[in-house]
Amino acid sequence: MRVTLLFFASLREQLGRPREELELPAGTATVGALREHLRSRGGPWESVFGPNKPVRAAVNLDMVQPTAPIKAGDEIAFFPPVTGG
Amino acid sequence: MKVSVQPQDFDLGAETRAICGSSKVGAVASFVGLVRDVRMTLEHYPGMTENAIRKIVDEAAARWQVMDCTVIHRYGDLEPNEQIVMVAVASAHRGDAFQACEFIMDYLKTQAPFWKKEHRAGGATWVEARASDEDAAGRWSKQGK
Repeated sequence: MRVTLLFFASLREQLGRPREELELPAGTATVGALREHLRSRGGPWESVFGPNKPVRAAVNLDMVQPTAPIKAGDEIAFFPPVTGG
Repeated sequence: MKVSVQPQDFDLGAETRAICGSSKVGAVASFVGLVRDVRMTLEHYPGMTENAIRKIVDEAAARWQVMDCTVIHRYGDLEPNEQIVMVAVASAHRGDAFQACEFIMDYLKTQAPFWKKEHRAGGATWVEARASDEDAAGRWSKQGK
């Protein structure tokens, strides 16, 4: 199951990339599970996706909660709390 | 209803006049946000940003009488005192126009994917989200219309 990941603002800088194509490991069915999978990469991933880090997520352009399901072809974005206006 | 996410500046007067075309409009409330002291760069999530703002405008139109509305938010490099964002709401009466305008701004601050990076003498830093902005958006869910 392939998905596109996008990273914005401080996350993009800390992770050193704006996007990546990812083959999801079996059983990674929610945004929260994906976040855990990314955290397990270690290094900056461990700190960016640490349990107390206020990371927000969107699936296909809609802001979602960690329980939101993900499926093949989804565009999944991770970013810090927004600061526009 | 007009939503625009753009690098270029906007003319509040022209945008306000543009939503007053109907003789049923009796009130227009508008808000403009400016850059305070520090030069900044605004990043956004193309596609989602417009989507998120449209949803906020739709929600405002479901709660109050909104005859027309324009939201413009800039991105890119901005200098102190430059305009960042404007919201203008046209309605028959001022109550709906004021409330819808404030609601749209409060939700925009917590739901629209923009991030500010400030450029100070010591280097560039990302602005942290403020709990008070979450509180401002949260109060609309408790209170009815």
